[in-house]
Amino acid sequence: MSSIIEIHGVGKKFKLEQSQRYLALRDVISNAGKKLFNKKQVITEFWALKDINLEIQQGERVGIIGRNGAGKSTLLKILSRITPPTTGNIKLNGRVASLLEVGTGFHPELTGRENIFLNGAILGLRKKEIQQRLDEIIDFSGVEHFMDMPLKHFSSGMQLRLAFSVAAHLEPEILLIDEVLAVGDMEFQKKCIGKMEEVSKTDGRTILFVSHNLGLLKSFCEKCLYLQNGVIKGYGKTQDIIDTYLKEMETGIQNVVTTGNGAIDIHNYEIGQGENKTADLFLGHQATIEIQFTPKENLQMAEIAFNFKNLYGELISHITTIDQSILVKLIAGKTYTVKAVLQSVNFTPGTYLMDLFILNNGQIFKGLFDCIRFNVLNSEKVMRPGGFPSHVKVYSETSWEINQ
Amino acid sequence: MKKFTTDIHPPSGFSLGLKELWQYRELFYFFSWRDIKVKYKQTYLGVFWALLQPLGMMLLFTFIFSRTLNIQTGTIPYPVFVLSGLILWGLFNNSVSHAAESMIQNANIIKKVYFPRLVIPCSAILVAFFDFMMALLIFFILCIWYKQPLSWNAILLIPSGIIFCAIAAFGLGTFFAALNIKYRDFRYVVPFLLQVLFFSAQVIYPLESIHRPLLKYLLATNPLNGAIEFFHAALNGISPDMNVVLISSTVSLVMAVVGLFYFRKTEYYFADIA
Repeated sequence: MSSIIEIHGVGKKFKLEQSQRYLALRDVISNAGKKLFNKKQVITEFWALKDINLEIQQGERVGIIGRNGAGKSTLLKILSRITPPTTGNIKLNGRVASLLEVGTGFHPELTGRENIFLNGAILGLRKKEIQQRLDEIIDFSGVEHFMDMPLKHFSSGMQLRLAFSVAAHLEPEILLIDEVLAVGDMEFQKKCIGKMEEVSKTDGRTILFVSHNLGLLKSFCEKCLYLQNGVIKGYGKTQDIIDTYLKEMETGIQNVVTTGNGAIDIHNYEIGQGENKTADLFLGHQATIEIQFTPKENLQMAEIAFNFKNLYGELISHITTIDQSILVKLIAGKTYTVKAVLQSVNFTPGTYLMDLFILNNGQIFKGLFDCIRFNVLNSEKVMRPGGFPSHVKVYSETSWEINQ
Repeated sequence: MKKFTTDIHPPSGFSLGLKELWQYRELFYFFSWRDIKVKYKQTYLGVFWALLQPLGMMLLFTFIFSRTLNIQTGTIPYPVFVLSGLILWGLFNNSVSHAAESMIQNANIIKKVYFPRLVIPCSAILVAFFDFMMALLIFFILCIWYKQPLSWNAILLIPSGIIFCAIAAFGLGTFFAALNIKYRDFRYVVPFLLQVLFFSAQVIYPLESIHRPLLKYLLATNPLNGAIEFFHAALNGISPDMNVVLISSTVSLVMAVVGLFYFRKTEYYFADIA
């Protein structure tokens, strides 16, 4: 059997021009002026991917893992031709569809049905193909009663379901998926994965799948690719690769990724118990998260939220000020300190990562992924001999009453 | 079953990519369809907005210029004269400004899905063309109102004018679209450049009223002047000034080639910098 994807010596170089996000004509002109006097130009280069060689056979489902910034998304973007490689070449022996985002191109003014056509066309379906699958897609989404309403009246959950349905009905020979399944309700996610698994098995579809959710990868992919700083760290059986990855995750330094529109500067964030700020937390004890930030502009109704994830990338808990109906009005230039007290640390012993967000109505002002890594340790509060089995994620503090 | 193979390698050489563009013709249709649909859905007066600008400007110019400056437009009534230039200007202006903005507006799609990027500015131009067809209809109604006859060769002259205008708009639109993505402050320059093109075009005044040949031929480098020259010829039956047409259409073609070339050359990196 011949390889469906052949990657030879692929690399991708980015130029970071003084850490600017994009060029302005103004700067180009003023730099040209500066150049006359001063020849030095600071341009840092950085290789997002280096010398990637890989062959993937038809019908394989390959997971791609690695820390944030390891080059996973860049690899998918090169494979889907969104961005060209700097070196090397790739041969794809089949039609490719990429799903790097759900609902790409959805327009709020168009109806559900119209958006199916638009989104389908953007993802590479022909009009005829969409028409053939229209009923199936609508059926699958479970929002058939709203099909003739503008998308802006859909809840975000409904929009996701619709987007997933279109995605699940793509039938290319090669499907590239980036993290998109991490959002949306679990039940529906499972339905989508089930559908993709089914077509993959019956039609021999090849799927490349980037995810932080190792549990999902384990059940879905037979092989895994582990990327680290742009090079291949390992490629082989999913279980073996995940084991290597986890071992390094436990020891290595974490990699904080920032997102948001930059309206807020975050100065400090920490988690601790009382005087102890070492990020080793004892099970069943109270813990405090403290963050300090300064908004750069006035912001109405900001929400502060935290995610807690295990090393498998599974979301264990999500807490937000909204749960207590707290929305903060932020004034530019003032420094705010927020303390969140977890009444009782109830994650089973292990290593966890925390994300931190300041947002409003889905718009993220500032987000820090994986900003805190902490360990939960056994304590005198839980006497269970031998500790918790690894698949138990949460401990609920309980008082028992046994009567006769 | 037909086998699709794709080779991906670092960008090299230059091709128009017409074959690929043809494969993606449906997407082209869907983008145009989306923009037209959204535009006319958001407002039931959609068609009215498309016509408000040329008609309003026509009234304004008729009152200001024909009453006060006494501009000679030969046998053509001044409102008809002005509107003939205004609708072509509208086509050009809308095409260029929409195309220039289109890449930024669709940046999140560009970053997530591959398709020939040329589809986006082209569909922006098609949307402008849709508005133009409405305006053209109004123009013909105005001709009937003023009992303005059209010469027999209007059937060739009018489409020629439209085609030259569209070619120039395509060139400038794709060029600006690429520049807009590369240099984020270029968008502030676009309205000014368009304004220059408006006042150097023979919308308000006929080019023949300029007697200094050097200035006249300098103005002829404005691609709109050739296109409007065709329209005027269709109205007054006098054959167009071939020097003007030649200079103007050469500039149109050069614009199209330069715009297309620059766009194709930079499009590989749109996703990285958008």
